[in-house]
Amino acid sequence: MTSFRLDQGGLIDRNAPLNFHFDGKAYSGFQGDTLASALLANGVQLMGRSFKYHRPRGVYGSGSEEPNALMTVGKGQEQESNLRATMIDLYEGLEAKSQNAWPSLKTDVMAVNSLMSAFLPAGFYYKIFLGSANFWLLPEYFIRRAAGLGRPNELANEDDFQHHFTHCDVLVVGAGLSGVAAALSAARSGASVTLVDEHDKLGGQGLWRESSQREWLHEALAELADYPKVRLMSRTTAWGHYDDNMVACVQIEGDPGAPLPPHQPRARAWHIRAKRVIYATGAIERPLVFANNDRPGVMLAHAGAAFAGKFGVLVGKSLVVATNNDDGYHSARILADAGASVQLLDARVEVSEALQDSLKGSNIELSLGQTVLSAKGGTGGVTAAEIGGLDGRSSRMVNCDGVLSSGGWSPSIHLHSHTGGKAEWREDLQAFVPGKRLQEGVAVGAAAGIFSTQEALNSGWQQGICAAQDLGHSISAGQAPTLGSPSLDTTPILPLWSNPKPKKVKGKAFVDFQNDAGASDVVMANQEGYRSVEHLKRYTTLGMGTDQGKTANINGHALLAQAQGRAIAEVGTTTFRPPFTPLTLGAFGGPHVGEAFAPVRRTPMHALHEASGASFVEAGMWKRAEWYSRDGEDMWASIKREALHVRRAVAMCDVSTLGKIDVQGPDAQEFIQRLYCNGMKTLAIGKVRYGLMLRDDGFVFDDGTVARLDENHYYMTTTTANAAAVLAHMEYHLDVVWPELKVRVASITDQWAGMAVAGPRSRDLLQAALPHVDMSNHGLPFMGFLDTELAGLPIRVLRISFSGELAYEVHTPARFGPQVWQALSETGKDFDLMPYGTEALGALRIEKGHVAGGELDGRTTPADMGLGKMVAKKKDFIGRLGLLREGLSREDRPRLVGVIPADGRSRIIAGSQLTEEGQVGGFGKVTKSLGWISSAHFSVEHDCFVALGFVESGALRQGQTLFAASPLDDQHLPVNIVSPHMIDPQGERQNG
Amino acid sequence: MMLIPCPWCGERSENEFTYIGDARRQRPDTSALDVSDETLKAHSDYVYLRDNPKGWHQEYWQHTSGCRAHFKVERNVVDHRIRASVKADEELPSFPEGR
Repeated sequence: MTSFRLDQGGLIDRNAPLNFHFDGKAYSGFQGDTLASALLANGVQLMGRSFKYHRPRGVYGSGSEEPNALMTVGKGQEQESNLRATMIDLYEGLEAKSQNAWPSLKTDVMAVNSLMSAFLPAGFYYKIFLGSANFWLLPEYFIRRAAGLGRPNELANEDDFQHHFTHCDVLVVGAGLSGVAAALSAARSGASVTLVDEHDKLGGQGLWRESSQREWLHEALAELADYPKVRLMSRTTAWGHYDDNMVACVQIEGDPGAPLPPHQPRARAWHIRAKRVIYATGAIERPLVFANNDRPGVMLAHAGAAFAGKFGVLVGKSLVVATNNDDGYHSARILADAGASVQLLDARVEVSEALQDSLKGSNIELSLGQTVLSAKGGTGGVTAAEIGGLDGRSSRMVNCDGVLSSGGWSPSIHLHSHTGGKAEWREDLQAFVPGKRLQEGVAVGAAAGIFSTQEALNSGWQQGICAAQDLGHSISAGQAPTLGSPSLDTTPILPLWSNPKPKKVKGKAFVDFQNDAGASDVVMANQEGYRSVEHLKRYTTLGMGTDQGKTANINGHALLAQAQGRAIAEVGTTTFRPPFTPLTLGAFGGPHVGEAFAPVRRTPMHALHEASGASFVEAGMWKRAEWYSRDGEDMWASIKREALHVRRAVAMCDVSTLGKIDVQGPDAQEFIQRLYCNGMKTLAIGKVRYGLMLRDDGFVFDDGTVARLDENHYYMTTTTANAAAVLAHMEYHLDVVWPELKVRVASITDQWAGMAVAGPRSRDLLQAALPHVDMSNHGLPFMGFLDTELAGLPIRVLRISFSGELAYEVHTPARFGPQVWQALSETGKDFDLMPYGTEALGALRIEKGHVAGGELDGRTTPADMGLGKMVAKKKDFIGRLGLLREGLSREDRPRLVGVIPADGRSRIIAGSQLTEEGQVGGFGKVTKSLGWISSAHFSVEHDCFVALGFVESGALRQGQTLFAASPLDDQHLPVNIVSPHMIDPQGERQNG
Repeated sequence: MMLIPCPWCGERSENEFTYIGDARRQRPDTSALDVSDETLKAHSDYVYLRDNPKGWHQEYWQHTSGCRAHFKVERNVVDHRIRASVKADEELPSFPEGR
């Protein structure tokens, strides 16, 4: 069935037929078709079901404004949903499916919603919420299933997407006549120009409206293509205009739903930084609002004209075209010239002679003062229309197979609005045009409310020159070309927001097709007090959805203004926000997915850990060895073996991920003093000290060690997690707070590798490895360090302990890390040395009561962690005044405690709340939380799970039994509160 | 996306920078060991209170992915225009009222 295809005309290639499927049925179209035009050519009008009422819908527009014809295209991994049929370029083998209908588009059982429309009014969701919570659940269950768009593809998208960044003098958005004119005049003036357009062909309507326009466009585009500094981009949507003229675009490269050829991206995201932006974005026609104006076969007048002119598809043979403005005449003429018989209804009673004359010699019957009141039809399309005067009386039925309407044109001011530019109401055009602007962006042509062809072209030409000249390009671009017929005397548009509804007609008059919001819903929202356009939008959902009300907003806002007896300018419009049209999420991610999502940081010894059977954990961006499997052990067996080996013998752990900061300068000592809450002044050269850093508000920020290398030279470590934040904290205080301090800081985290050698035999091992150094308590006491060499490699040995055992850290420049690790491993063979991972490390420090990330959570003070005595009394430091606040020194604050399961075997879950009651929660029951478990692990020393936590009044509760409640895990575990130092409270081991 | 003029590196894209905060905020001198109520109050204000002006705002930024220096800019928080940027220890120029 190809009876809707014209024998000639359009930008399609009739020698290149393409086969495609829609809902499983085979059809054919031509190269140059969109899915929408090809379906229409095949006589398919029913293309979708509406969101809420499941009313049958056909295509309404011809471009990116389309609210109805949303399709799912492609199969498997390629499948994409909610694509507008008007924007899908037809390709061989395309497979499209309709959405939101079951069992089929034609017999959709959910269409009963339509009968229930009285019960699904504006603000339906809000009203349901007013009922009891339980009542909400029932309709929610039903609506979730009934309402909706296409289903998202649940398969991972393997497509390639790319990101591009570029700069230009002038970016022109929209390649219609005014846009091409702007691009050409700017390029001729000497500017670098980028011209983007969302369609597959640059040129816009001029390509099919008149031959003189087409010829000029071809010449102009050919000339532009020859400029080396000009970039022409089709299928590229400028979807957002951001600060300092950064315009975000997405360029579709691979047809949606089609398999990609190798090495071709699906889409490219472009960030274009332009010195000047010219919006040649055109305008969007809005429909007239009349009863059943959503029937398949009802569409925008311009859409009908575009299907005929651009695609050689006549949407009907006997058409009713209703208008309130001059452009309806152009559309009617194109349709009549294509072979339709047209009844043109102009709501205006008087129009200019010239306009009437423009219909001469065509098969158009003009009736003035008449409009369409209702459309009659169903899934099979329109069969008749009821027409009459604006008073709604003396109406009559006319038979027709299509009803088209033009309610005026709304300039596409979206990009202008994105930058904070104001919308200004033009009474003469009945449209918002760009008002006050905040960025260097200017609208031309229809986007500026300039609708005559020649004037639109002139405005583009002029602004192109202005932009170029502004930027210092002064080559003469010459005169703008004169194209086509001079503009007619115009007759002003007649504001017409809702046509009268004939008495016996059922069915809504729709304003927003995609959201099923009708004129009556706008009136109801206003009656119920939703008086601002923003409230109207939320209450009725008018202007939401994938089309964001491109055809609906002005009608809706005007109806609201009418209901309030106010001017439209006063009521205003909702704010346009990016993106202009829906975009594929893949373009945002670009190539930064999977392994390329974030950089991976590996320690210098990474390969050695892999060879030793390590499992890795992600810590920030780092990969850290978590445990090392041996002989088919499970995870717990490995962790326990490693931890026990630290307690009983000696083991080695990679601590290269610790943040390391080099601090130098004559005021380094003073700065370090102010940075840490504990005394640092007495730290001697050759000594290392544990330090606690607070924020200005008095809470603990980070902890680490400070080694004094020289009079004015310190070597700091931070926790792995806070390395960057601590550096920034130091830089801020040096740059901003104490610029008088002569200190420089530098991150050397990546420049140094580190390994902890821990366990009672660690000294023996190091002594064997370093025979030339005195490793005794005398030679290297606890909290001392020394620089020496191991196998000819420079190392720094610090005697510090995180596990609580006799322990050392060996640091070395990163490039020597693997050799030093191997050298120690070699010597370690005699001492049964084994590596241990972060799990054992955590287990050891928890049973020792050493704080780490779980405890340093930004809510705890030094005293909360039992480190109150560290806080210096006789110096100023960051956080000192914060700590003085009453709430931070209260005795009943949650304080650090040790926690062990009362039954001596159950596992304590980190994050559990500590309570006095065995059962937490339940209906109407409130249980007071006394604290929480901050970290938990298995203690090899006690052979059971242990934990650290914070509980109100801390030490006073030692000996009590509380409950560690984790309702999500359904666990309420009796636990005993003990000292946080669950092994060696006197520290004899590490000092030994 | 804003272009931010770093006094050391020139105009660079916003994503190289970290917003730090109000540049008119002064950390009080806390060096005296005896803390007066005034100092305590001033310090508390410094930590917790921020103005939220509509219009021009003097603020610190750090060129985190660049030279790492902190510097001051005067930015209009309504439309994100920046009319001055100076090094952290310099004074922003004064502008006449309005724009």
